[in-house]
Amino acid sequence: MAAPRRVVSSGVLRTGQNVLSMAVRSSSWWSNVEMGPPDAILGVTEAYKKDTNTKKINLGVGAYRDDNGKPFVLPSVLEAEERLRQKNLDHEYAPIAGTAEFCKLSINLALGDGNEQVKNGLNATLQGISGTGSLRIGAAFLEKFFPGNKEVYLPTPSWGNHTPIFKHSGLNVKQYRYYDPKTCGFDFQGALQDIAKIPDKSIILFHACAHNPTGVDPKPEQWKEISAVVKKKNLFPFFDMAYQGFASGDVTRDAFAVREFVKDGHQIVLTQSYAKNMGLYGERAGAFTLIAGSKDEADRALSQLKILVRPMYSNPPIHGARIVTEILSDPALRQKWLKDVKLMADRIITVRSQLRENLKKEGSTRDWSHITDQIGMFCFTGMTPQQSERITKEFSVYLTKDGRISMAGVTSKNVEYLAHAIHQVTK
Amino acid sequence: MSSQMRQVMRRTALLVSGRAAWVTAHRGKIVEGDMKGASDWQTCTACKQSQRGLATGATGRAAVETNINSKMASRFGVVQQGPPIEVFALNKAFLDDTFENKVNLGVGAYRTEEGKPWVLPVVRQVERDMAANETLNHEYLPVLGLDSFSAAATKMLLGSNVAIDEGRAFGIQTLSGTGALRVGAEFLARQLGYKTFYFSQPTWENHRLLFLNAGFNDPREYRYWDQNKRGLDFDGMIADLKNAPENSVIILHACAHNPTGSDPTQEQWKEIANVMKEKKLFPFLDCAYQGFASGDLEKDAWASRFFVEQGFELFVAQSFAKNFGLYNERVGNLTVVMSSKEAIAPVKSQLTLLVRGMYSNPPNHGGRIVSTVLNDPKLFEEWKTCIKTMADRILLMRDSLRNKLLELKTPGTWDHITQQIGMFSYTGLTTKQVEHLVNVYHIYLLKSGRINMCGLTTKNVEYVAKAIHDAVTKFP
Repeated sequence: MAAPRRVVSSGVLRTGQNVLSMAVRSSSWWSNVEMGPPDAILGVTEAYKKDTNTKKINLGVGAYRDDNGKPFVLPSVLEAEERLRQKNLDHEYAPIAGTAEFCKLSINLALGDGNEQVKNGLNATLQGISGTGSLRIGAAFLEKFFPGNKEVYLPTPSWGNHTPIFKHSGLNVKQYRYYDPKTCGFDFQGALQDIAKIPDKSIILFHACAHNPTGVDPKPEQWKEISAVVKKKNLFPFFDMAYQGFASGDVTRDAFAVREFVKDGHQIVLTQSYAKNMGLYGERAGAFTLIAGSKDEADRALSQLKILVRPMYSNPPIHGARIVTEILSDPALRQKWLKDVKLMADRIITVRSQLRENLKKEGSTRDWSHITDQIGMFCFTGMTPQQSERITKEFSVYLTKDGRISMAGVTSKNVEYLAHAIHQVTK
Repeated sequence: MSSQMRQVMRRTALLVSGRAAWVTAHRGKIVEGDMKGASDWQTCTACKQSQRGLATGATGRAAVETNINSKMASRFGVVQQGPPIEVFALNKAFLDDTFENKVNLGVGAYRTEEGKPWVLPVVRQVERDMAANETLNHEYLPVLGLDSFSAAATKMLLGSNVAIDEGRAFGIQTLSGTGALRVGAEFLARQLGYKTFYFSQPTWENHRLLFLNAGFNDPREYRYWDQNKRGLDFDGMIADLKNAPENSVIILHACAHNPTGSDPTQEQWKEIANVMKEKKLFPFLDCAYQGFASGDLEKDAWASRFFVEQGFELFVAQSFAKNFGLYNERVGNLTVVMSSKEAIAPVKSQLTLLVRGMYSNPPNHGGRIVSTVLNDPKLFEEWKTCIKTMADRILLMRDSLRNKLLELKTPGTWDHITQQIGMFSYTGLTTKQVEHLVNVYHIYLLKSGRINMCGLTTKNVEYVAKAIHDAVTKFP
């Protein structure tokens, strides 16, 4: 067929293509469906799998690996699962919003036990399909009910999936400066300037900690200043917290920004994920919270949130949420979990140091301090797309084009090789 | 609060101008309050807005404070209370009820003869094995789910089918049946630009909003249930389908229609397919009860397979909630059948993008359980036995209920109870009769007269029959 295929964006076919399209459609409904762009991150893993080089390293997907490069099931999770098995629970439908216990434990983890919001019933919390699903429900809610400017301002760069999530929900997406490629650090002044220019009553998204993909977080004093500007501009803060505990090893410390904003009187929405900090990736455990102005308002908001959930997936998957509940509701098991999280965070912090040291040993004269300044699973190395391509081709080191590496893929066994490879392509 | 009190409050309210305006705005709706005195609150039970004001005497200058302008000015003050979802509200009412002989005929979940949920023995066994299997972890599934799961699920539905052999049928793992419907609907709306969809009158209450939220904007009904016949309004259905514009997406229940339990016969399905072919309508089958309807997987898949054999391209939303009893693990499969395999890669890539922007990837636990069972011949046979157990108990309850009603000589015809199939029965009871059952007998069923046969046991079927008899004779 000579004519280019076009995605049919409305029910009306363009007249010029009418005859051709009808001929096409008489054979199949799907002929106009275009090939979608491959997922950048998943594509990396697929290419990695095909590579036969024994020294290959996968620094693509953000899933934690132990020092042998293997997936890690947290001991506290194993224990929780064993306990659950003994309980012989049934598989009856969960409530649309998930169990009340799971929701309460989640928001208390974020805001701290005994927080005023939960005490006064100001939170509308529901279980979401991990972080992504929680973001989607939040976005759907804002699209329908947000009385302000329905535009979401994302930091530059942000997690690649933020944009599609918001766009699919019908919200417009814009940017504010965040990462400074010159310093491989936080562009604080740029951020403040851009935030000050955002139209009043817009939605602004923040990564609560361990910014993905850069690993660059504002310092506490900087968060305070940001909070003040956000208040002045009457912006609506949307916090995405996917790494609580995983960033610094301390759940309280990692929740600083969220708690600070709440303390400052912002009515925030918050998404949480247990994918990384409990290693429950595939079980899809997460939560969405809206902090309301009154208990009655929170109840109303929750009723509306449920109306959005029901026609999407009816009610959430229980297995991961049950594990979370088991862990967080038992003080002793919770302590074990906190140790497990610290273990993961510490290993990441250690390999960051090791990578930096080895680069120095290789004789690199570049400033690699950002490797240890940045926090969490990811590191924005500063490598250009060309260098990233080279390191993959010549050294079988797999990463995303933006120079982002997942530190979880770095081990004491491969860090030397990695440093060598990085040095070769950047010297 | 007594209605007398309410009257007093209403009259008092009228003396106060600020309040008068509020009362006017909420006229006709019951006003309640907690009567703590001068600063009592009243709430409109319809929209849930509250207001309070001075109780008596102060005309004209009443301070009326609404909680929309409550002290903490909030963006979301405008959000109204959403209407409760009937089936869950009903379930809650049942749970809260302390009456000893209460019966829950509401939510669609299987119950044993003891009235308890049933975790299938084969499911328990697989969960035990999975727990002991140290090679398993909680890593992300692919965006489209476990391939071993989807392939098996699609094969279970379509059987040994030329579409599968020719590589033009595939499945993707979804968040149970709802998730399959939603992903499928989003694809049809956003990728193919379809905007019109048809659902049966009545249908599962979630269909309409699901398709609207997915991007369709033209919801239409096709006639289905004939209240007088207590069966399928086939002529009405055909007439409505004949009037459907090209590219309309038609939601069909593959078997065990929810809520009526009335399925078309094979001859009727053939005619439906002919009309759909002629009018170029797109079949989207909702298959939530394969195996559960008749007890036989093959039999329940007849309609789906027939449509594929007829050369249709179609979607089927499969749920494993009921037939595996895995309600809360959200296990589903969207089967896609196309006319050629060329477009499969682009279609999969677009489905991938849709899923990624919605929930990234499906949950692991339930999918793995089902995959394990479907792919192991021995476990598969065990599972089929479990399904037959559930289906047989339901058939027994249908028989019992009908027999009891005949014994009691309850007015009306009750053959539909044994003619209908699956978990549900549209009893034909009126709203008044339903209310009577709920309020007087503590028997919980939907306003539509839908009952879940699984809620019946040998111990309560007589009680229910007598209650129905009473309702029908009191409110003919």
